[in-house]
Amino acid sequence: MRWIALKMLTGDRAKFYGIVLGLTFASLLITQQGSIFWGLMLRTSGQIMDITGADLWVMDNNVRFIDDVKPMLENELYRVRGVEGVLWAVPLYKGIGRAKLTTYDLNGERQEVIEQVIMLGLDDASMVGAPRRIFVGKLSDLRRPDAIIVDKVGLRKLYPGQGGESAKTNDELRKFLGRELEMNDHRAVIVGICETTRTFQSNPVVYTTYSRAKQFVPQERKVLSYVLAKAQTGFKPADIAHRIAERTGLLAKTSEEFKDMTIQYYLKYTGIPMNFGITALLGFLVGTAIAGQTFYNFTLENLKQFGALKAMGTTNARIVAMILLQATVVGLLGYGIGVGLATLFGLMTVGTELAFYTAWWILPITGAAIVLICILSSILCIRRVIVLEPAVVFRT
Amino acid sequence: MQTGAVATQERSTHTAREVAVRIQGVTKHFGEGEQRVQALRGVDWDVYKGQMSLLVGPSGCGKTTLLSVIAGILDCDDGMVDAFGSRVTALGDREKTRFRAVHIGFVFQQYNLLPALTAAENAAVPLVIAGWHRVQAVAKAREVLTTLGMGNRADALPSQLSGGQQQRVAIARALVHEPNLIVCDEPTAAIDFETGQTVMQLLRQAAVRAERAVIVVTHDNRVFPFGDRIAHMDDGHIVSVEENAKVTAA
Repeated sequence: MRWIALKMLTGDRAKFYGIVLGLTFASLLITQQGSIFWGLMLRTSGQIMDITGADLWVMDNNVRFIDDVKPMLENELYRVRGVEGVLWAVPLYKGIGRAKLTTYDLNGERQEVIEQVIMLGLDDASMVGAPRRIFVGKLSDLRRPDAIIVDKVGLRKLYPGQGGESAKTNDELRKFLGRELEMNDHRAVIVGICETTRTFQSNPVVYTTYSRAKQFVPQERKVLSYVLAKAQTGFKPADIAHRIAERTGLLAKTSEEFKDMTIQYYLKYTGIPMNFGITALLGFLVGTAIAGQTFYNFTLENLKQFGALKAMGTTNARIVAMILLQATVVGLLGYGIGVGLATLFGLMTVGTELAFYTAWWILPITGAAIVLICILSSILCIRRVIVLEPAVVFRT
Repeated sequence: MQTGAVATQERSTHTAREVAVRIQGVTKHFGEGEQRVQALRGVDWDVYKGQMSLLVGPSGCGKTTLLSVIAGILDCDDGMVDAFGSRVTALGDREKTRFRAVHIGFVFQQYNLLPALTAAENAAVPLVIAGWHRVQAVAKAREVLTTLGMGNRADALPSQLSGGQQQRVAIARALVHEPNLIVCDEPTAAIDFETGQTVMQLLRQAAVRAERAVIVVTHDNRVFPFGDRIAHMDDGHIVSVEENAKVTAA
């Protein structure tokens, strides 16, 4: 009876496409919105994951997320180094700088740009926290006077219209090396272009040394933003974090814990989850309405045929199996096409400002939503057919 | 083949008639209270093997209800129906469903063909219900369609067939699994007179067999010449049963 069920389903092209369209819409919207949402969430903690080499982040007790910097005394660095199990600990400066530069666009017109940048000051000696990938320039050049390394995407804001962010070759990026700008009224020279995870605020990211960062910013008693540390071999980072917190009274987290903490802050204290959740829910409801209504209409139009099948000796169980098979087929099609379209959308937005990341768990959530839509659509149809009297075939 | 004449067919002239279906004291009502309608009022009727029995009467007299009870589609309030050794009225729902699948072929007034299936696939449905593989079922259906003059239209969809052709497909569907009982509900109501005569001729030729009974519900007296026995029904009763003396050899 399976082939009969499938032929009945596909025989009415308009309704078949309508059902698949409804499910595709739901699948696309849930996957797409979920991916944009998670892409944004990952951006909130992108700078944490960009810093490799360090297991642990040590910070003021009141810090709630990565951008919520509460400066510490530099003594804290030595206290962390003194904790048993800590292999090494280095300082990290993180703050907001003001970049000012005069530039000329492609038409030769003079432009003055003032842009807020995220400044990261790396330990002068070890450079722990350096960018994962430097397109042009060398990390060691950061030790040169007034040196900074800028992220490739940030070039768009610092040098608008000069094509830095869309450069495909390093030669195109090399033209930015040596350019000067003012960083908080101090001279700065670009010595490298790097790759970073886009930030939530979309500000350019500027790397420099810790000592230079202290020169760029106004003088304060407390300058140290974070202490980056590594656990000795044989020690679990989580255990060392706990020990650091006990001995120093500071907050210590592993990179993963700090990333989760940052994401949780944004989930809890911003309207982002609710906004995306509402859109995804709307996608689910609209998909249910379209698919459910069309599927039910399809069943109603085939009621006499179902009645004839019952009269000819088809059991209710077989009829239910036919309807479930039909629902499964359209569900699989709708899910596959919807997820495929969402993926295509994601691929088309690579390199743009849009945050898009399809985490693995988004797919089963979308799948569960589609299954639920199919079940809800089927229940009405199944109920209608189960109670159908075969004698209906004898009525005109 | 002459329109209006019954094809040459050796009539069953059982001196000891073998009963295919026995209906005794069957009653059936619909609705309750003021809405109650007594559709069958103690029906007694015998249907014999090897014969086409017509059940005739005005609209609303209970013909289709009786047919539904005989076929096990509707439960009766009282009485009994025996068909081919089974007490249909005593069967459970599953058993009735199984009984219909094995023993009964249906020809509906509105054909009720599945629009997405070809003629051969439609005719094969009872075999598929019985568990036949699709390929074998469709092959068998093609054979039956060929005997009914529809061999060259076996791959057409119902929408591509005329009313008469669709009814032939429906007849093929009723015959393909070689049931013991064929029940036809107003088989000529949706088609014109000439086509109806042809359909009845085909039905008579293909369906009536020594071990099979055919019941045709109709209110069209132009169909009467095709029946071996005619049961007249009115207001829920069988009021008379007559042998059809007008059936003659061509």
